[in-house]
Amino acid sequence: MRSIINYLSEIVSGVWSLMKGMKVTGSYFFRPGTIVTQKYPNNRKDLVMFDRFKGEVIMPHNENNEHKCTGCGICEINCPNGTIEVISKTIVTEDGKKKRVIDKHIYRLGMCTFCALCVKTCPSNALAFSQKFEHAVFNRELLIKQLNKPGSQIMKGVE
Amino acid sequence: MLPDIVENNSITVQSEPTWRVIYDFTGLTRWIDMSLHNAMSPFWTTVTEMLIIGVLILVFYAIVGLFLVYAERKVCAFMQNRLGPNRVGPFGIFQTIADLIKLLFVELIPISNADKFLFNLAPFIVIIASFMAIAAIPFALGLHAIDLNIGILYVIAVSSMGVIGVLLAGWSSNNKYSLIGAIRSGAQIVSYELSVGLALITVVILAGSMQLSVIVESQREGWFIFRGHIPAFIAFIIYLISSTAETNRGPFDLAEAESELTAVYDTEYSGIKFAFFFLAEYMNMFIVASIAATVFLGGWMPFHVASWDGFNHVMDFIPPFIWYLGKTAFVIFMMMWFKWTFPRLRIDQLLTLEWKYLLPVNLVNVLIMAFIVLMGWHF
Repeated sequence: MRSIINYLSEIVSGVWSLMKGMKVTGSYFFRPGTIVTQKYPNNRKDLVMFDRFKGEVIMPHNENNEHKCTGCGICEINCPNGTIEVISKTIVTEDGKKKRVIDKHIYRLGMCTFCALCVKTCPSNALAFSQKFEHAVFNRELLIKQLNKPGSQIMKGVE
Repeated sequence: MLPDIVENNSITVQSEPTWRVIYDFTGLTRWIDMSLHNAMSPFWTTVTEMLIIGVLILVFYAIVGLFLVYAERKVCAFMQNRLGPNRVGPFGIFQTIADLIKLLFVELIPISNADKFLFNLAPFIVIIASFMAIAAIPFALGLHAIDLNIGILYVIAVSSMGVIGVLLAGWSSNNKYSLIGAIRSGAQIVSYELSVGLALITVVILAGSMQLSVIVESQREGWFIFRGHIPAFIAFIIYLISSTAETNRGPFDLAEAESELTAVYDTEYSGIKFAFFFLAEYMNMFIVASIAATVFLGGWMPFHVASWDGFNHVMDFIPPFIWYLGKTAFVIFMMMWFKWTFPRLRIDQLLTLEWKYLLPVNLVNVLIMAFIVLMGWHF
């Protein structure tokens, strides 16, 4: 008798669990608002990526063409695959002191794994991630980028 | 070739409601038959009629196949929070046509050491089996190619012939995956055929006939799923499960296990031969769905609630063909819902489900139904 009850309750509980699954998929089917797919190339104009998206490494500049990079080279040391190369030079300031500033901040997009170690460890928060993700180009040379804009200077107060 | 529903039910002819006269195709088919008889000898008349029906069913077959592939992809996508095909034409409705054109141009690759004759024969056996089954299905009043007095038996017999094609395809491909899959498919269809038959027997007991037109006609006052109380409902559920298994669809798609056996008996096929298998799979789904609609949900009979005359009149003016298609679409949707919800079964779980659960439940169910009919407890 017990085995018959077990048999029947097995069938009922099995059907019940299957019905639960059908409820989930059925509710998705009848609510088209839950669709997450975006028609990508068509919505390029108003496509907004989320905040934490890692597109590519950039160096933000303010309106006076000033950045925060001190040329310390910590990003270059931390980069696991040699993506970043910091070329610095020494200049003499107005008050006669020698100072090391950045000449070129080279970033090789083709080698980057977007691990964010450079952005996290930068002591002066000079690096950031942009939300641009369409990186395809016709020439590999174009993937080697210089992050500091030409003629840019270090921001006042950042040492 | 012509249906003779009216003769079978000559008692009801006097009190035909208007909708049956408007939507009756019997007059049209009889007129075609008469004019062909006037034009040529009886032999050539039969040949011409067979050709006409063959071409009509072929066209219907192609349209339904294309539509079902599209519908499956869309339903699947919506259940997984996706959009599905949406590039070719509005909402992607021409996607399957584009796929078909592509398949037609694909090279037919010859397989070395394959059994050439059986290899080429297999897709045709599969497709002919589903073709023969579709002939016995009543689409509407008078739209019924062959009205056999053992219609249900014929449909079960013919539709299970498709497994021969699957086995041949697996055997002749000279490929171990194909053979394993074909044998799995054989075990599966042989087991589940039993449940399909018993579920249909439950209704045959209630209807008292195996003729599909009589079964439809006797659901005039209420569909069998309502008239047969709980046993009919259980039989409907069992029919849905076992017919899903019989058509080799998920969650019972062991015969087509892409992940472990590389799409099994389709593995070595390409181009139009592969398209035949693909089309036959969807047509088998359509056929089992229309059998379910005919036997349990009243075929082309409108939905009637006893003593709601106004409601019944409104229902009557929807054409029977639309009723038939709607019910079939409902059953197909249920099967797609199953496929995209349930996890796949292993081969031993598959056979356990059939032999330890469906079969005993089904046998008890037939007994209860016989008792109910004996006592006259059905509506």
